[in-house]
Amino acid sequence: MQGTAKALPGAAHGPKVRARRESGLSIPTLWVTAAWRPRKERGSQPGTPGSEGGSGALSGKSFNSSRKGVPGGTGLGSRTQGGWGPGPGRVLLQVQAPGRGRGPRAGPAWEPGLRPLHPPALGSHARPLGYAQAPPRQIRLRSVPPPPARVYLPCRRRRSRRCWTRRPAPSHRPAARDWLSAVQSEGPERGRAFPAGAPEAGAPGCACAVRAAGLVPAELRSWAVVGQAWSVGSGSAAATGWGAACRMPEIRVTPLGAGQDVGRSCILVSIGGKNVMLDCGMHMGFNDDRRFPDFSYITRNGRLTDFLDCVIISHFHLDHCGALPYFSEMVGYDGPIYMTHPTQAICPILLEDYRKIAVDKKGEANFFTSQMIKDCMKKVVAVHLHQTVQVDDELEIKAYYAGHVLGAAMFQIKVGSESVVYTGDYNMTPDRHLGAAWIDKCRPNLLITESTYATTIRDSKRCRERDFLKKVHETVERGGKVLIPVFALGRAQELCILLETFWERVNLKAPIYFSTGLTEKANHYYKLFITWTNQKIRKTFVQRNMFEFKHIKAFDRAFADNPGPMVVFATPGMLHAGQSLQIFRKWAGNEKNMVIMPGYCVQGTVGHKILSGQRKLEMEGRQVLEVKMQVEYMSFSAHADAKGIMQLVGQAEPESVLLVHGEAKKMEFLKQKIEQEFRVNCYMPANGETVTLPTSPSIPVGISLGLLKREMAQGLLPSAKKPRLLHGTLIMKDSSFQLVSSEQALKELGLAEHQLRFTCRVHLHDSRKEQETAARVYSHLKSVLKDHCVQHLPDGSVTVESILIQAAAHSEDPGTKVLLVSWTYQDEELGSYLTSLLKKGLPQAPS
Amino acid sequence: MQCAQIQINHHYVGLWTGHDFHPQFPSFATCSKELKECSGHVFVDSVPEFCLPETELIDLSTVDVILISNYHCMMALPYITEHTGFTGTVYATEPTVQIGRLLMEELVNFIERVPKAQSASLWKNKDIQRLLPSPLKDAVEVSTWRRCYTMQEVNSALSKIQLVGYSQKIELFGAVQVTPLSSGYALGSSNWIIQSHYEKVSYVSGSSLLTTHPQPMDQASLKNSDVLVLTGLTQIPTANPDGMVGEFCSNLALTVRNGGNVLVPCYPSGVIYDLLECLYQYIDSAGLSNIPFYFISPVANSSLEFSQIFAEWLCHNKQTKVYLPEPPFPHAELIQTNKLRHYPSIHGDFSNDFRQPCVVFTGHPSLRFGDVVHFMELWGKSSLNTVIFTEPDFSYLEALAPYQPLAMKCIYCPIDTRLNFIQVSKLLKEVQPLHVVCPEQYTQPPPAQSHRMDLMIDCQPPAMSYRRAEVLALPFKRLFEKIEIMPELADSLVPMEIKPGISLATVSAVLHTKDNKHVLQPPPRPAPPTSGKKRKRASEDIPDCKVLKPLLSGSIPVEQFVQTLEKHGFSDVKVEDTAKGHIVLLQEAETLIQIEEDSTHIICDNDEMLRVRLRDLVLKFLQKF
Repeated sequence: MQGTAKALPGAAHGPKVRARRESGLSIPTLWVTAAWRPRKERGSQPGTPGSEGGSGALSGKSFNSSRKGVPGGTGLGSRTQGGWGPGPGRVLLQVQAPGRGRGPRAGPAWEPGLRPLHPPALGSHARPLGYAQAPPRQIRLRSVPPPPARVYLPCRRRRSRRCWTRRPAPSHRPAARDWLSAVQSEGPERGRAFPAGAPEAGAPGCACAVRAAGLVPAELRSWAVVGQAWSVGSGSAAATGWGAACRMPEIRVTPLGAGQDVGRSCILVSIGGKNVMLDCGMHMGFNDDRRFPDFSYITRNGRLTDFLDCVIISHFHLDHCGALPYFSEMVGYDGPIYMTHPTQAICPILLEDYRKIAVDKKGEANFFTSQMIKDCMKKVVAVHLHQTVQVDDELEIKAYYAGHVLGAAMFQIKVGSESVVYTGDYNMTPDRHLGAAWIDKCRPNLLITESTYATTIRDSKRCRERDFLKKVHETVERGGKVLIPVFALGRAQELCILLETFWERVNLKAPIYFSTGLTEKANHYYKLFITWTNQKIRKTFVQRNMFEFKHIKAFDRAFADNPGPMVVFATPGMLHAGQSLQIFRKWAGNEKNMVIMPGYCVQGTVGHKILSGQRKLEMEGRQVLEVKMQVEYMSFSAHADAKGIMQLVGQAEPESVLLVHGEAKKMEFLKQKIEQEFRVNCYMPANGETVTLPTSPSIPVGISLGLLKREMAQGLLPSAKKPRLLHGTLIMKDSSFQLVSSEQALKELGLAEHQLRFTCRVHLHDSRKEQETAARVYSHLKSVLKDHCVQHLPDGSVTVESILIQAAAHSEDPGTKVLLVSWTYQDEELGSYLTSLLKKGLPQAPS
Repeated sequence: MQCAQIQINHHYVGLWTGHDFHPQFPSFATCSKELKECSGHVFVDSVPEFCLPETELIDLSTVDVILISNYHCMMALPYITEHTGFTGTVYATEPTVQIGRLLMEELVNFIERVPKAQSASLWKNKDIQRLLPSPLKDAVEVSTWRRCYTMQEVNSALSKIQLVGYSQKIELFGAVQVTPLSSGYALGSSNWIIQSHYEKVSYVSGSSLLTTHPQPMDQASLKNSDVLVLTGLTQIPTANPDGMVGEFCSNLALTVRNGGNVLVPCYPSGVIYDLLECLYQYIDSAGLSNIPFYFISPVANSSLEFSQIFAEWLCHNKQTKVYLPEPPFPHAELIQTNKLRHYPSIHGDFSNDFRQPCVVFTGHPSLRFGDVVHFMELWGKSSLNTVIFTEPDFSYLEALAPYQPLAMKCIYCPIDTRLNFIQVSKLLKEVQPLHVVCPEQYTQPPPAQSHRMDLMIDCQPPAMSYRRAEVLALPFKRLFEKIEIMPELADSLVPMEIKPGISLATVSAVLHTKDNKHVLQPPPRPAPPTSGKKRKRASEDIPDCKVLKPLLSGSIPVEQFVQTLEKHGFSDVKVEDTAKGHIVLLQEAETLIQIEEDSTHIICDNDEMLRVRLRDLVLKFLQKF
C-alpha cells in the first residue's frame, strides 16, 4: 500500500481521490486504467460486448459521449484490445468527482454515476485554476508483480490521448517466455469490462499513481488546454469547450529493452500525449522470442500505427535496429521511422546479413524476409543533423551528433515546451574515425542516456588500441597469421584505420587482407559519408581518403595457404559460418597464429566457445578441431565513459536523467553520482517498468505589445525587494489566449467601464474658513505623502494623485468643517488611507 | 546582383537582425597605363578590383547576423568580416562554406598568379571618369572598389561561420528564430525564414524549381509568411536551361567533330556538375568517347571530391545512389575511365597530357583572369575552335571585348536554373505571402524588352519594391508578443465567462524579462511580519498606489441591490429615481448611493467598515477586469 499512500498526498491538492481495496462497495467507483489508447477513433471498431463503454470513455472523442452513453457508475474498464485493465490483485481506485459547482460550464464527463463523497469544497468559479497539482516528482515503480491500476485522465486533444498499459514487470527480468506466458495468463481480464460498482479486491503491495486532473471542475481543466494550446492550434478547445479538455503534463518512459540491460534497445516515451518508440533492437544473447522486444506490451491486437506517433532509430547496430523489420512488417507498423542518412544506408545491409545468418545458416523459420527489410526501409524518413523535423503539428525531433558509429545520432523529442533527449549510444571523445558527441544546452525535462561504461572513469580505449596493435605486431613479427573476424561495418573500418596507420608508421610489410566484397562496399559508405567522420578525416579527405586503404587488399581464398605472416579481416564476426570460419579452421592448429575477437559473441557460436576457453571443437562430420592458436578478446565499442556521461549531462542540463543500456550495478553507481553532482533525479527502470515524470510547462500566451511596452518602459528589471506588478486581463477565446490591459479587454469585448466612486465625509474641528482648512490639509498631506503628487488646485480643492479633497462648511456646526474625500475604486487603498489620516486631525497650525 | 538586407527592428533592444547579402560581382577593368583601347572599347589596365555590396548605408559593426544564401553569395564575406568591425555571427550550410571556400580559393589563386605592381586609381577621379566612354563612366561607387582579399583573410572569414543544416531552428537573442530551407539552386543553397512569435519573413534568394543535382526547393515551409523578400531570380528570363544544355552539347559535339577545341569558361562548382552529367550521357552517343575533357582549376580536384560527399544535400535520385553505395555524380566514372582529367593549372602535368582536339572547362568566366585567358589567346585565332559561355553572370560581349578581333566561334548558352517569372508567380500562388518585397527591376519589364509584360513580377497585392541604397519599412503591425505564464501563477487565476466561449481572468503578476523572453511569475507573498514592531510600522505605511485594482464593468439592478442591502441588515432603504438612474438612501447611516448605468457613487461618513461593506455588495454585481 505504500504506493497508494504516495499517490494520495499529490492527489490531495487536486480533487479528492480515494483508493479502496475492498470489493463490493455500493459507492459508485471509477475504473481507470492506463491503457494505451489508439490514436484513431475506435468507436466503430467492434469490441467485446460490455467493454466498449469502458474503453470508449478513455479515448478522447467518445469521452464526451460517454456522459450519456455510459450507464450510471460505469467506470473505465480495461481496453478491449489488449490494454491493461485492473484485474485481481490490483488496487481499486475510487475517484470522486468534485461536483461541478456553480460554474457556468457543464461538469466533467465523469459525472454520470459518480456521486461525490464529500461536498465540493468550493464552487468551481471560486476555485483557483491551473493544472491539477502535480504530485511530487517521483518514480512510481511497482516492485511486486500485480500491475497497479492507474488513473488516467480523459484528455481532450484532437486525438485521443494514449498511454501504454502497465504490464507486470518481471522482478528479475525473467525470460521473455515466462514473461509472455505470465501476460497471457492474465489475458482474459484484459478483455473484460468492469461493471460499475463491482470493484474487485486489490492485493496489498500495489503501487498506485493517481492522476486526478480529469476530475477537476470544468474551468480548472481549461488550463490544461492552455498549456497545450500553443501547439494544438485552433479548434481544440473551441469545438467542445473547456470542459472536455484536459491534459496532464507528464512524461512517461518504459523501456521494453535495454532497461538495466545491454541489448534489445527499445524505449517507449510518452510526452505531451505523443508516443514515441526509441530504437527497435534485437538481443544478441537470445535466439528465441526474447531476442526482440515484446511489442505486445504496446498493444495486443490493435495496430501499432495507432499507438505510436513515430519510431526513432539512433544508429545501425543491430541491438538498436535489429527488430525493425519484425516490428514494422510482421507485427505491423506503418508510421514514420526516423534515422540519419548513413543509418538508413547501412542498416538494411546489416539486417540482411543478420537475416542470412539466422535463416540460411541456422535455418530459422518465421523470420523476416529480404522483401520485408526493403518494405521496412521504405517507411524510413532520413533526417539531417540539427534539422528540426516536424513529425506532426506538435511533435518535433532533432538529431545531434553522437560519434558512436557512422551516422549515430542523439535525438531530442519535443512537444510544446516539454522535451526528452535520447542519446542512443554515444562517445564523448573523438576516436580514429569519428568525432565526439555534442549537444547544446537544450535543458530537456528528461535525458535518457546509455550507461554501458557507467563505472569506467578513464578512457581505456587508447590502451585497448595499443594492446591490440602490440598483439598483432608481435604475431606478425614471429611470422604468425592474425585472423580478425568482424562484421562488415563499423568496427571493421575502425580497426582498418588503426592497422593502416600503424603499418604506415612502423613500416610493416606483412599484407593485410579484407575478406569479402561487402567490406569493400562498406568502406565505400564511409567514403561517401565522410561528413559524418571526425574533423581530421574530413579535412584531409581530398588529399587522402582515410577509407582508401593502401595496405589493405582484397582477400582471395587461396591466400590463406600462403606462407609467412598476414592479417586477415573476415566475416562474419562470431566465427559461426562463412569465410572467417574457414580461415579459422585452417589456422587454428598453429600456435604461432592468433585470432582476435573484437566484439561480442553469441552463445553457441565457435567464437563464443573459444572465448569461453574451449580448445577442442567438434565440427560437423564429427571432426574435432584442436585450437592451438592464441585467442584474444578485445572490445572496441565506442561508448562514453562515466566522465563522458557526466559531461553530456552537464552539456544538456536536463531536469532529470534516466539510465538505460547498462548493467544494473554499474547504473546504481552512476545514478548516485549524477544525483550528487547535478542534484537532479536519476532513474534506472528495468524492462517493463514505467517512470512517470510530472512536468509543469509554463503557459504561453500573447501579450499585447502596448501592455508589454508600458511595463517595460517603467524599468526593465523589477527590483528584488519591491517587485512591480503587471496587471492585465487574460482573454480566453477559443484556443487563443491574449493578455491585454484591462482597458483594452473592456474595449475588445464591447463593454463599458463601470465607475465606482466613493466619497467620504471627514469632520474636522476647525473654525477657520474653508480655504484655510484646505490649505492646511494641503500642507499636511504634502509633508506626509512625500512620494505622491499633492496639489492645491485654484478652486480650493486638494488632490492627491487622482483623489479629490474638498473642504466644506458644516451645515450646523460652524466650528466644524467637512472634508469630502472622493476617490474611485481603483484608488481605494490610497483613498482609505487618506480618510483615516485626515480623521486623526490636522497638526496644530504653527500660528 | 542585388544586395538585399532585411532588418527587423525588434522592439525593445533595438535589435537588428537578419542580413543577407549578395556581393556585387567583380566589375572588371583590364588593359594602358591605366586606360587602353581595344577594338573601339576603352579598358582600365589594373589589378582586377571588386565592387562590394553597399556598406555605406549601415554600420556593419551593428550587424548581428549575416545569413548566407549560397556559395555565390559569400564572395564578399572577407571584406565584411575582416575590415568593417563586424563582430556578429555568420550562418551558412556546410556545402555552402566548403564550396564557397573553393570559389574564393580559386579567385585568390588566379589573382595572385599574375601580380601587378600597381592598381589604377587615376581614372576613378570623378572629373576624369565623367569623360570616359561607357561603360566606364557609368560605373558606380568606383572609389569603393577593392582589390582581392588574401587566403589568410578568407580563412579568417570562414572561421566566423557557424554551420547550420536545413530546417534547423536557430534562436537569435531569444527574440528571433532563423531557419534555412533548401532552395534547390545549388549544393547547400538556402532560403531563410526569419520569424518571431507573431511575424514571419521569408527571404527567397537564388531558388530553383528545376530538378538538377541539389535537394529540391522547400516551398511548404515558406507558407504563412507575412513578408516574402524575393531576389536572385534568373538573369536570363528568356532562356530555357534545358534547351541551353541541349544547345551546349550539340555545339560542343559539332566543334570537336570538326577537329576544333571547345573552351567552357566556368566556375569550378555548380552548373559544371550538371554539364558533366549531361556529357556523360551524351559522349558515347555522339561519338566523343576519345575526346579528352580537361577541368583546369586550382580547386578542380577538391570540387569534384566535395561534390561526392554531400549526399544529404542532393536530390533524391542521387541520395539513393549513395545508399547502394555508389558515388552520386557520374563524373567519378568519367575520371576513372580517364575521360575527364583535372589539373590545378596549365603548368605541370597538364602540358604533358594535353591533346587536341579537346574540351576545356576552366575559369574565370569573366575571361579577365585565370587559365581561360591562355586558352583564349591560344585558340582565339582559329575559327575551328569554339568558346561556349554557360555562366549567366557576365555579358559575353563584354567578356570577349578585349580579345577582339576574334576568329573563334562564340556560343552563348547561359544556363541559369534560378526562378523565372512564370515560376515566381506559381510559387507566390502556392506560398501566398501577405506581402512581397523585391528589387525594383523585377517590377517592370527589362529595359531592352519593354514590351514583354510577362517579364516582371505580377502578384496581388503588388510587390513592394526597393532600390539600391533605399530603406524600406516592412508592413508589419506588431500587436502581440509571446509571454509565458508560470504554472503556479496559472493555478491562481480565476477565469470568468463573460460571453459564451469567452472567458476572462485578471492577472496580477511580476514580469521577468531575460534574454528577450518574458515570463510572468506569481506575485511574491507579502513577507510575514517578523516582529511586532515591524507590523505596527507596516500598517502605518503609506499604501503603494501601484497595487492596481481591476476595472469594473456591468450595471447594478437597483431592485436586487436594495434586496441585497436589506438582506445584509440595512433597514430603511429608500430609492429615489433621478434622470439618469437612482439614488439609494440609507438614512440611518447617512449614506447615499447614486446608481447610474455605468457608474456608482457611494457617499458616506467616514466609516471604513460601512464603506467596505457597501463596496463589497456593489462589487457583487460587477465584473472585474
